[in-house]
Amino acid sequence: MDPSVTQPKIEIAHLAKSFGSHAVLRDVSLAVPTGGVVALIGPSGSGKSTLLRCINLLVVPDAGEVRVGSDEFRFGPGTRLPGTQALARFRAKTGMVFQHFNLFPHLTALANVMEGPLTVQRLKRPEAEARARALLAKVGLADKAEQYPSRLSGGQKQRVAIARALAMEPAVMLFDEATSALDPELVGEVLGVMRALAADGMTMVIVTHEIAFAREVADRVVFLRDGIVVEEGPARTLIDAPQHPDTKAFLAHFHRRGDAPAAGALAP
Amino acid sequence: MYTWDFGSLWTYRWLFVQGLGVTAAFTVAIVALGLLAGLAAGLAKLSRFAPLRWLSNAYIEVFRCTPLLVQLVWFYYALPILSGLEISAVGASVLALSLYGGSFYAEIIRGGIVSIDRGQGEAAAALGMTPAQSLRRIILPQALKRMVPPLMNQSIIQFKNTSLVSVLAVPDLLYQGQVAAHDSYRPLEIYTLVAVLYFAALYPLTWIVRRGEQRLATSD
Repeated sequence: MDPSVTQPKIEIAHLAKSFGSHAVLRDVSLAVPTGGVVALIGPSGSGKSTLLRCINLLVVPDAGEVRVGSDEFRFGPGTRLPGTQALARFRAKTGMVFQHFNLFPHLTALANVMEGPLTVQRLKRPEAEARARALLAKVGLADKAEQYPSRLSGGQKQRVAIARALAMEPAVMLFDEATSALDPELVGEVLGVMRALAADGMTMVIVTHEIAFAREVADRVVFLRDGIVVEEGPARTLIDAPQHPDTKAFLAHFHRRGDAPAAGALAP
Repeated sequence: MYTWDFGSLWTYRWLFVQGLGVTAAFTVAIVALGLLAGLAAGLAKLSRFAPLRWLSNAYIEVFRCTPLLVQLVWFYYALPILSGLEISAVGASVLALSLYGGSFYAEIIRGGIVSIDRGQGEAAAALGMTPAQSLRRIILPQALKRMVPPLMNQSIIQFKNTSLVSVLAVPDLLYQGQVAAHDSYRPLEIYTLVAVLYFAALYPLTWIVRRGEQRLATSD
């Protein structure tokens, strides 16, 4: 059998990270199968964003292993940190979407999406533009291609940011609280794009406070607290029937916003 | 009561034209070279390599904390003896003024770069850009917009600073004015005209800078 089928797409093992004397991650392990969607939930300061940023090495862990596809990095005493070129090549294969969008304000929506293919993949301009226009259409923003980010709503900005990440044709997408900075009425349009991506079979890791969305779209949910994985399991099982008292306490804070599942929705 | 006689200055018109030409050429040279020095020092100050940061800091502080006139005199009289190289008055002037300007430009350039939100660099890195690509494609284009007004202001100051080279007998506008004053015994008219010429050259520039600042403010 092809090993890529049985082997998880993303594998994190015994990850540790401290900022100064503050341990943010302590011995965290995580595996995401190809096409899988994993949601990381937990209170703020639990380390979920740091864990996500370790997957594309935007944050360099102190110890542990990170593997995405066939690229593997080990960290800890006696290991050399990867060089800037190696890091750049590795990050080009993962897409990341940020809480505050981080669109490039000096470029139009179209140029934002073209930037990665042009600069990193050295694609010819017409090809990059065709790819970018197709992706903007996919996120429903074909008519906003020539607009600068300052003229877009938060939801539109985040959809452009998703298109920009997808333009690198990544094997994996990482979402860092992609809807936390949005007005409530704009959350839906971004979740819609993410839902479609998951349905397309994209491997995704999502840090989110949208518990109902995690329950609906994610295959598995990981609950972190104080830098440790407290509980992990199939999304619906974990959210509907958490086992650990910390998970129960955390989930009790959420009124499942809006779309509380009907009894029938629990059936497979 | 003093009776002004500007008419007699007509004899010296070419002297003033030459002087203004030298002053303008000096300004262009020291602004260009100063920007290069400032860019190098500004980037060095942001380097992850500590000795580069110290070196850049030392350069910036030495040139910011000594008077420009002292630097000019030092470069002309002391440097040739220490280095064994012959340095002309023009060479010493260009060197001192460029390095002096560079120390101020460096802080403006560094400040412009660090004023860009961290998220911009993170987004560029997440796309797979190297730090150099991120700087060139994402950070500098945005930082440059913020740097232009203070860089222009500093360059206007540099224009005025060129008048100091007259002490090394470089034939700039002020020096030619001194020549004309000795010749004509009309220092009041001459130095008034010199001041007016500096003003006439600089006022339009400050006006352009103000217009530029307004344009940048509205496009954000």
